[in-house]
Amino acid sequence: MSLIVDIKKKMKGFSLEIAFKTDGEYIGILGASGSGKSMTLKCIAGVETPDEGQIVLNGKVLFDSEKRINLKPQDRNIGFLFQNYALFPHMTVEENIGIALKLSKEERKQKVDEMIRAFHLQGLENKYPNQISGGQQQRVALARCIIYKPDLLMLDEPFSALDSHLKDQLQNEVLDLLKLYDGEVLMVSHSRDEIYRFCEKVVIIDKGKTVLYGDTKQIFKQPKLYTAAIITGCKNISRCEVLSPHSVYVVDWGIILETEKEIPQNIKYIGVHAHEFQMLDKALAKDEKNVIKCRINRIVEGVSEFTVHLENEKTENKNGIADILYKVNKDQWNNREEKESLYLRIPDDAILMLE
Amino acid sequence: MQISPIIISMKTASAAIVLTFMLGIFVARWVVEMKSERAKMVLDGIFTLPLVLPPTVMGFLLLIVLGVNRPVGKFLLQFLGIKIVFSWTATVIAAVVISFPLMYRSARSAFEQVDPNLIMAAKTLGLSDNRIFWTITMPLALPGVAGGGILAFARGLGEFGATAMIAGNIANETRTLPLAIYSEVAAGNMQTASSYVIIVLLISFIVVALTNYFSMKERKYLK
Repeated sequence: MSLIVDIKKKMKGFSLEIAFKTDGEYIGILGASGSGKSMTLKCIAGVETPDEGQIVLNGKVLFDSEKRINLKPQDRNIGFLFQNYALFPHMTVEENIGIALKLSKEERKQKVDEMIRAFHLQGLENKYPNQISGGQQQRVALARCIIYKPDLLMLDEPFSALDSHLKDQLQNEVLDLLKLYDGEVLMVSHSRDEIYRFCEKVVIIDKGKTVLYGDTKQIFKQPKLYTAAIITGCKNISRCEVLSPHSVYVVDWGIILETEKEIPQNIKYIGVHAHEFQMLDKALAKDEKNVIKCRINRIVEGVSEFTVHLENEKTENKNGIADILYKVNKDQWNNREEKESLYLRIPDDAILMLE
Repeated sequence: MQISPIIISMKTASAAIVLTFMLGIFVARWVVEMKSERAKMVLDGIFTLPLVLPPTVMGFLLLIVLGVNRPVGKFLLQFLGIKIVFSWTATVIAAVVISFPLMYRSARSAFEQVDPNLIMAAKTLGLSDNRIFWTITMPLALPGVAGGGILAFARGLGEFGATAMIAGNIANETRTLPLAIYSEVAAGNMQTASSYVIIVLLISFIVVALTNYFSMKERKYLK
C-alpha cells in the first residue's frame, strides 16, 4: 500500500503545490479552511485535474502529466467520503449503498444486508437520507464507500458537520468501522484534535503548499517551522535572536532562555504551548532559570480551564501584541499563592525552536 | 367553427413537444458537461436566440434554409421527394424551433442545480457517465425538466409568426388555432373567432394547472 502525490494546480488566489508519500498508514492533511485540502482530495480521486505532476497509488499511475496519463475517477478505485456525505437524496439507504455493485440481484441484496448489519443500520433500509440523522447518514456514506473495497479511502472533514456533543461518540464509532476496511486512509481536516486522534502521519499545508510532512506525534511535539507551529495550535510564538548555542534572546517576551539542547543557528522563532508553562511560587522562582515574572492582563474563563493573558513585567504594554497565553486548570489557578504577579517557568522540553 | 384547426394544433403541438423535449434534454446535457466556458457561452447564445428573436424573423431564416430553391430544401425535394415549406411538417418545425429555447433553458438550469458533489461521488463509486445522467441527474432535475416541457408545449401550441412564414395558412392543412383565429377575425367572423379563443383559453388553463401541480407536488424523499 503506497501513495505518491506530487501535484500542482493553479487556483483562484493561490497555486496548489502538494507533495507527499505514504505507505500503509492513516494519513491526515491538516490546514486552515481554504488552504486547498479538499481540492487535493478531488485531484487524487480524479474529479478534478491537476495542471501538472504525478499521482501513483500502489504502483498504479493514476495521473502523470508528462506521460499524459489521467485515469477517469471510475477507474481509480478510490473511496471518497464527502463532507456533506453526498448521499443520493432520491434513493433509499439500501439503494445508496448498493448502487454501483455489479452483481446479480440476490448477491447484491446479500452484500448490502451484510454492510447494513456491520454499520448498525438495520431498520433504516427503506428510509431516504433526509429521514435519518446526521450520524446515520455518515455511516451510510461510509458503508457505500467501503462496500467496493477501494484501494484508498479518503475522508473530507468527516466530523465538521456534526454537533460537538456527538463528535466524540461518532469519532469512536468511525474508528471502529474503519477496522472493517484494510486499505489506506487519507483524511482531511482543519481540526488538530481529529488529526492527532486518527492519523499516524500528517501533511501540514498552508496556502496550498506542503509545509511539513511526517509522524503526527513528532510534528505536534516539535513542529520545526513557524507555520507548522501555528497550524498545530501553538499559541505563543515570538521572534528571537540566537546568542550562543545554548542561549537565545526571545524578543517579544523580553527574556533570555538558556537551553540544554543545542540551538541551531537558523532559528528565528521560539514557541511554547499555552499549557506547558509552569507556575512557580515566588520563593522557588529565584533559583530557577527561564522564569518570566508576568503581569496579568486578562483572564478568560473556559469550560474546564482558564486562559490567562500575561505579559513580562519588564516590557511595556504593546496592546496585547506581547501577550503570553497560559492555559491552566481551574483548581490550580484558584489555589495559587502569588496573586499579583506570576512567575512562569518555561521547561526545557517545552521550548519549540522554529525556523 | 371547424374542428380541423383544433386537430391540427393538437397534432402539431404534440409532435413538436416530443421532439423539443428530447432535443432540449440532449442539448442541455451536452452544454452542461462541456468543459470550455467560452464554447458554453457561444452555444448558449445560439440556442437561446429563437426566444429573443421575433418569430417572423425565425420564420424568415427557416424559409431561407428550407425553401425549395435553397440548397437544403432543393436536396430534400429532389432526392427524397419531400417538400417541407407550406406543409404540415413545417408547422411542427416552426413549433420546435420556437419552443426549443424554453425546454433547453429549463433543462439546463435544472441539471445545473443538481449538487455537483453528488455527481463526483457517483463517479468515485464507478458509475458510468451515462448511468449517472439517467439515474442521478435526471431524477433529481425532473421537476424542472417537466416544467420546461409544459412551457414548451404551450409555446408550441401558440406559435403564430414562424408558422405563418414557413407553413402558410392553408385551411385543413397548416391552419392551426392561432392562425384560424387570425383568419376569422380578418374575415369579420368574430363569433367563430371567439369559439377558438375559448378553446385556447381552456387548453392554456389546463397547462398552467399542470405546471403548478408538478412544481408543488411533494417528492417522497424530501419529506
